[in-house]
Parts: sequence; C-alpha cells; structure tokens
Amino acid sequence: MRSQTPLQRVQGLGAAHSGTQHFWRERITAVALIPLTIWFGFAALALVGAREVDVLTFFQHPWNAGLMGLFIITLLVHSVIGMQSVIDDYVQQPGLKVLALLLNRGFAWLMGAICLVSLLRIVS
Amino acid sequence: MADIPHPHGARPRPLSPHLQIYKWSVTMATSITHRITGGALYIGLVFIAWWLVAASMGPETYEPFLTAAANPIGQIILFGFTWAAAYHLFNGIRHLAWDLGYGFLPKDAMWSGIVVIALSIIAAVGMFVWAYSVRMGAPA
Repeated sequence: MRSQTPLQRVQGLGAAHSGTQHFWRERITAVALIPLTIWFGFAALALVGAREVDVLTFFQHPWNAGLMGLFIITLLVHSVIGMQSVIDDYVQQPGLKVLALLLNRGFAWLMGAICLVSLLRIVS
Repeated sequence: MADIPHPHGARPRPLSPHLQIYKWSVTMATSITHRITGGALYIGLVFIAWWLVAASMGPETYEPFLTAAANPIGQIILFGFTWAAAYHLFNGIRHLAWDLGYGFLPKDAMWSGIVVIALSIIAAVGMFVWAYSVRMGAPA
C-alpha cells in the first residue's frame, strides 16, 4: 500500500507524467560506471589474447564475476536512458518514436539476458 | 525551414542560426562527440555479448572469436571502441563536474575539453601499446 496521497505522487511530474527519474538514474549509473569501466579496462587488458580456459578462470573468481554482472546491468541501464534521449531528440514522428523506444528496451533486455546467461554458464 | 512560402516580392524572413552557421568550437565538438561515442558504445554491447557467449561455449567457439579480434579489421574496431569508451568516460566525468556546478566559464569548458580529448587518446593508445608489447610479446 502506498503511503503517499495521490496529489503527493503526481506533484512535480508535469505534463510528461514523469519527473527527474531519468536524469537521476543516468547520473547515478554514470558515477557507478566510472570505477566499473576502469575495472573492465584492466580486465580486458589482462585477458588480451588469453585462451578460453584463462577467461573462465578469471570469471570464476567471485569478485570478477560479481563486478562483471554489475558492469553489464549498470551499462545497460545507462545505455537505455542515453539512447532514449537520442530518440526523444531526433525521432519526430510519434508512431516511429514509440517503435524506436520499444526496440531500445527490447535490445537492452535481449543483451542483458544473453550476457547474464553466458556469465552464469561461465561461472557454473 | 527555407521552403516556407512568403508573399511574392517580400523579403525572405531571417532564419534562426543553425548548425552550419556557427564556427566550430571545442565545446561544440566535445558535446556532439559525447553523443556519437555513446551511440557507438551502445552497438559495442553486441561485442561484449559476443565475447561472453563465445567464452561460455567452449574453446571451439572461443577460437574464432580470438581470430576475428586479432585480424586487422577486428583490431581497428577494438581500438575504436577503446577510444570511444575512454572518451565517454573522461567526458562523462566532465559532465558530472558541470552537474555539480564546476567549470562553466568558457575558458574552463574549453581547456577541460582539450584535456578530455588528450586523455582519451593517451589512454586508448597506451592500452594498445601495453597489449602489443606485454601481452603479445611483440617488439614495443
């Protein structure tokens, strides 16, 4: 049960029916992605030209598996919001805009599923 | 906008300044590059997915991935993504500083843009030099 009154819930949301969630989520994920991207850069360097077995050994370390999972999820959330602002800016026609926004979401869910299932297969 | 009809003989109405009118500045270039690198990195998600899928399916699947990555075109694409990621990371930090209210003076916004461009090139080239000299055992 929501403890907020209906008025409290819509205040500050304006005509777009949403407030600053996107703005905040984009920035929170941006801050989180600073250390995660640096970690991924070092991980990629450590695995340049490595054999498959070395990649498995790397990700079977719990820290690396956890950080990779966090990196993928944070990256996807940030990517969806970023692409959504690009679509909002450049796609004018309403039908096309809805289609583009849906494809953007679908792409992220698909990439998320593929990456996380692969990561689970690697660590199991 | 240029096609809006005007009464015969009337002077065409002035158009608001558009992209072609402005002289390119560091801040303009870094702003659009942030968006372009963001879009490119969005496509880069496919390559991360490809890498993880290939690794999860065993050595027979990972070998072709390594071959594709080591091929000159693969290396150019990887360098492109490395630079784009470095640029978007450094310029993203610049954007976060702006969000906190720092660096808005035109002079500051210009030099921070130049620093971001320089750092992104140094990081990307540095990573590739390191990878080629240390990991591959090739002459530095």
